[in-house]
Amino acid sequence: MKLTRKQRHIGSQIWIYAASALAVLICVFPLYYAILTSLRTGQDLFLPNYLPTTFHWDNYVTSLVQNGVGRSLLNSVVVATVTVGACLLVSISGAFALARIRFRGQKAILFTVLCVSMFPQVAVLSGMFELVRFLGLYDSLGALVLSYATFSLPFTIWVLTTFMRNIPVELEEAAIVDGASLWVIITRVFAPILGPALVTTGLLAFIGAWNEFMFALTFVLSTENRTVPVAIALLQGASQYELPWGAIMAASVTVTLPIIVLVLIFQKRIVGGLTAGAVKG
Amino acid sequence: MNAEPQLSSGVAVPTGAAAGSRRKRSLQTRRSRSAWLLVAPTLILLAGVAGWPLLRTIFYSFTDALLDAPHEYAFVGLANYLDFADGEAFGVLADPVWWRSVRNTLWFTFISVSLELGFGLALALLMNQKFRGQGLVRTAILVPWAIPTIVTAKMFGWMFHDQYGTVNDLLMRAGIIDGPLAWIAEPGLSMWAVVIADVWKTVPFMALMLLAALQMVPSDLYEAARVDGASAWQRFRRITLPLIFPAMIVALIFRTMDALRVFDLIYVLTSNSEATISISGYARDQMVAYQEMGVGSAASVLVFMMVAGVAAVFLSIGRMSEPKESQS
Repeated sequence: MKLTRKQRHIGSQIWIYAASALAVLICVFPLYYAILTSLRTGQDLFLPNYLPTTFHWDNYVTSLVQNGVGRSLLNSVVVATVTVGACLLVSISGAFALARIRFRGQKAILFTVLCVSMFPQVAVLSGMFELVRFLGLYDSLGALVLSYATFSLPFTIWVLTTFMRNIPVELEEAAIVDGASLWVIITRVFAPILGPALVTTGLLAFIGAWNEFMFALTFVLSTENRTVPVAIALLQGASQYELPWGAIMAASVTVTLPIIVLVLIFQKRIVGGLTAGAVKG
Repeated sequence: MNAEPQLSSGVAVPTGAAAGSRRKRSLQTRRSRSAWLLVAPTLILLAGVAGWPLLRTIFYSFTDALLDAPHEYAFVGLANYLDFADGEAFGVLADPVWWRSVRNTLWFTFISVSLELGFGLALALLMNQKFRGQGLVRTAILVPWAIPTIVTAKMFGWMFHDQYGTVNDLLMRAGIIDGPLAWIAEPGLSMWAVVIADVWKTVPFMALMLLAALQMVPSDLYEAARVDGASAWQRFRRITLPLIFPAMIVALIFRTMDALRVFDLIYVLTSNSEATISISGYARDQMVAYQEMGVGSAASVLVFMMVAGVAAVFLSIGRMSEPKESQS
């Protein structure tokens, strides 16, 4: 049977919508189910049910207050903000030089930065442990800021360098003709245009620092200095053999929602930033 | 695409030719001198937080240091890597658990990156179509990407729960399995649980990368092919695939490097069980759980060499395919 053009079109539309619906369902379902679980208590927790049954906020109170996830949230915000701020500050000038000035050793530096960003974290673990102890930072948030620079700094440099390459050369020429020094060019000409790029890069680096687990697990011992991922991973219930799934899911939802809201607000920029680093590299 | 707006080629200062070229050169020298000044903070910091720790890790891999007293050590040569005493082999390379972790990591990397490439490509092709609700799909796929890995591990741990998990419930309702499966505890299944969680989390990244490449394919190429009577498969095989190939390789490298150093997902989802432990997990276990800083460092160095080796292979493949691309 020969299908008409219109029938073929409708057929392909059906396929597209079915596939889209499936993709959306799979992407969102685990989070949806986590939210459902976080609102259940008692026996209710252990009956698989795909629609909201009860709305108990007890799990949120338990996890945030009793299990100290609230405190960990604060720690995570502090660590990620300080790390990203410091890395951006350092990498603006570095990325400017790498993107806009031609000098010997430039390629080698860029290559090194790329290599460091692909380091397996465990390769620096014992050296970093020694360094952290030496600086007296063990079991403090400072240890995390220091160690997070290992992966945040190469990332911010790499992405910012890509962004800076795309700034039209005329702007810089005009500034040079006006006799502006390099420093003035960076702070007065580039920094303002870079605003959006800094937001994107900062956001991506923030998410990276927010999600980090291995360093946070290794360099911090005390409960009150834990970051969110460690707090969730080590969340214990009343007995050792019973995991408090309700509280775990409540904590998971609490730490995920702010990130998701951020990502949705900056959706276009994030997609641009993610692909800028790679497609051009 | 990679137009580098450098100031080196005759555009810098629009003045008289002779004077201009002299000023240009001095400007260039001055600029390249300050370039080093500008990258200096970055380089010093990188050397401090990455270079130095890496060197110390290599150093410690030749010692018998323990984690609680790293300053009391003796050199043991290569004993942490491989050592023979009384006809028995010791060291990381003689440890069956190490080799198990190598197999686990390679298997995990190969399977999950292949699945990600397949699903990612499918998703990217889907998102590249014009249809209503496109924005919704693009937004929805950012959700798995944005969720912290630890949360992903916990969510899937809960969904894969042997008694109360939804996965078993759904599979049983669909009549695919008769009784609940122990996804996390059963050695044959636990790695699949890890792979599924990882694929769920990272397909969006792959899809976005490939979508960006797809959107750069000029649409008149497809028009021309359609006029020539090329089928959908031919258009994909002859136009799309070659044009997005470079981006695909880059995305593959990123994901492979990432998968090779996997730690957190496995640590939380399957508690580093022997059936799923990764090389990073093994190295950290030696170092932190058993306090063997020397052995742990040796394992870390091996992890580093393995990842670097894979990266080198990728790079040389990239180099080999480069001249061909620039010709076409």
